[in-house]
Amino acid sequence: MSIQENNQLLRFTTAGSVDDGKSTLIGRLLYDSKSIFEDQIEAVKTSSEKKGFDYVDLSLLTDGLKSEREQGITIDVAYRYFATPKRKFIIADTPGHIQYTRNMVTGASTANLAIILIDARKGLLEQTYRHSFIASLLKIPHLMVCVNKMDLVDYSEEVYNKIVSDYQAFSSKMDIKDVQFVPISALKGDNVVERSENMPWYEGSTLLYHLENVHIASDFNHVDCRFPVQMVIRPHTLENQDFRGYAGRIDGGIFKPGDEVTVLPSGFNSKVKTVELNGEQIDEAYAPMSVTMTLEDEIDISRGDMIVRRNNQPKVDQDLEVMVCWMNQRPLHNRTKLVLKHTTKEAQAMVKAIQYKVDVNTLHRIEDVDEIKMNDIARVSIRSAQPMFFDSYRKNRLTGSLILVDPNTNETVGAGMII
Amino acid sequence: MGSYYLPHLKELEAEAIFVIREVVSQFEKPALLFSGGKDSIVLSHLAKKAFYPAKIPFPLIHIDTGHNFPETIKFRDDLVENLGVQLIVGSVQESIDKGRVREETGVNASRNALQTVTLLDTLEDHKIDAAMGGARRDEEKARAKERFFSHRDEFGQWDPKNQRPELWNLFNGRKHHGEHFRVFPISNWTEMDVWQYILQERIELPSLYFSHERDCIVRDGVILANSEFIQLKPNEEVKKMVVRYRTCGDMPITGAVLSEADTLELIIEEVATTRTTERGTRADDKRGETAMEDRKKQGYF
Repeated sequence: MSIQENNQLLRFTTAGSVDDGKSTLIGRLLYDSKSIFEDQIEAVKTSSEKKGFDYVDLSLLTDGLKSEREQGITIDVAYRYFATPKRKFIIADTPGHIQYTRNMVTGASTANLAIILIDARKGLLEQTYRHSFIASLLKIPHLMVCVNKMDLVDYSEEVYNKIVSDYQAFSSKMDIKDVQFVPISALKGDNVVERSENMPWYEGSTLLYHLENVHIASDFNHVDCRFPVQMVIRPHTLENQDFRGYAGRIDGGIFKPGDEVTVLPSGFNSKVKTVELNGEQIDEAYAPMSVTMTLEDEIDISRGDMIVRRNNQPKVDQDLEVMVCWMNQRPLHNRTKLVLKHTTKEAQAMVKAIQYKVDVNTLHRIEDVDEIKMNDIARVSIRSAQPMFFDSYRKNRLTGSLILVDPNTNETVGAGMII
Repeated sequence: MGSYYLPHLKELEAEAIFVIREVVSQFEKPALLFSGGKDSIVLSHLAKKAFYPAKIPFPLIHIDTGHNFPETIKFRDDLVENLGVQLIVGSVQESIDKGRVREETGVNASRNALQTVTLLDTLEDHKIDAAMGGARRDEEKARAKERFFSHRDEFGQWDPKNQRPELWNLFNGRKHHGEHFRVFPISNWTEMDVWQYILQERIELPSLYFSHERDCIVRDGVILANSEFIQLKPNEEVKKMVVRYRTCGDMPITGAVLSEADTLELIIEEVATTRTTERGTRADDKRGETAMEDRKKQGYF
């Protein structure tokens, strides 16, 4: 294995139910990319034999979730890692049943790509719609539809083409930029890492090839400059008496020394003096870099403020229209009081109206609801006690997202995407 | 317009620095748990970068079992001096002397389990409300679901059923009085990422990580350094061996591996091949490493 230090990081999510082969697919990716220790493979072989299987059950490699189910522990997002010489991958592995919508949303929030699994024998199911809807709602930039279990439909081109056209007919109604399809058998390994000899009619690339080559450099917003201030760095040392740096992570755009900027909420103007990290100057800083910025003028800036370009500013408002995924046992009602966390800013907030709820299986709107339960997705109007600086989630996933916290229990109870 | 993307080590670094800065912003009295191992050394390097030119605005906490490699202690003291940071040492020996814990006896006696009490006492004594550690999700199955911000109740316990969902880069550190958080800024790093980062940043490591000759014994297939903390069994003999350590724990329980790798480049090559092919033939070192991991699960990290 060659050692590459300059490869990119791709985060992807897999949502799936018990029988659609999700665990087998992840096991196959880990196994065929040689990310599994020998002793782990031995353990899986032994346990497959013990169960009387004819083949090595790769799904056992990601067995955590199954044992949890038996023990009745909350089924959750599990993160898994593998690398090839081209890229490093982080998988957010989430269960796909409707009662785990909140976990799918959590896994999807940081993903560049979502894998949607379709059983070739069954075609599009309710859960296909649900997973695709969540991927589009969370604006995952890339979708990889894997038509799995091709070995059980005699590697039939017709079956595959039918599923692809059914999916295209449905996905055209959703907001997804990049959808790719691949016929696979996770169990047999067809088109996962190795090209399948059983499907000569398929001229596209393997799943892993897609994962290694999908263009992700523009998944972040590099147009609209947004720098939420995390903290102010003041060393108070003799050699750095006057240093005043603004630490934070760039959420959008490209910042350079000399840029004319405005600080929100004060509205003061200044110029970027330096962008640096650890004393090293950075010529161009962009998302998702963590940097320390200094300005030409001494301005009173604190955590929660946002540095932006003078001629390109976010919305500033106390009223927000938000698609919310509710994540807590206690339902959400009108006039519920919450703490809203957005970028590095925190504010008291209240639900002013529940507009409608979305049926995540049919995408239909359900009007006149007065309660949002756990795993529901709904459009709500929220008013915050202070003005927030935000973009639509469509424009920027970082400045367009927020979480809602219960001020009594301190739990994270909701995830919101600003419309 | 050029291509604006970060190489993976830069992205992981940016994420970790963001998390460390969130901790300082959201908590009253954070600290960094320093074990002397490579992961916590990387963590202190990241902390230095996060606040430069200011000094790291929180103390390092080291739980000293009294059974450390002398190299670890020396390295710790040098690092603390270089960083100009406060060091808090929680002493297991003191916990034993105070009667808070009782020392194990016998040939395989170790101070593994005892550290948890010392750690929790130290956090309480210093009113630490966020303790950062270098644990990673790729270390083992249960850790695969650990959060960056991991909530602990007033007894310092972790309730896997009651973890907060974490979305985007929004971390919720709100808590009630008496509760605290464990925070893991390098959650998303793998062992390979850590080594590559050490190489890229030229981070100094204790000499234990590099190949050296040492007096060792082999016990239950694990290579252990001979030291005053080890009681030899009748059939055990001390041999000179060329070894290095993959983790840095207590002398009596940390297994070494036979290795000629004496540079970072060679270690990375070794880690890479170990991952793909060598692993099966190294049941010994695997066992040694699990012993180390179990210690972590019980509460050190």
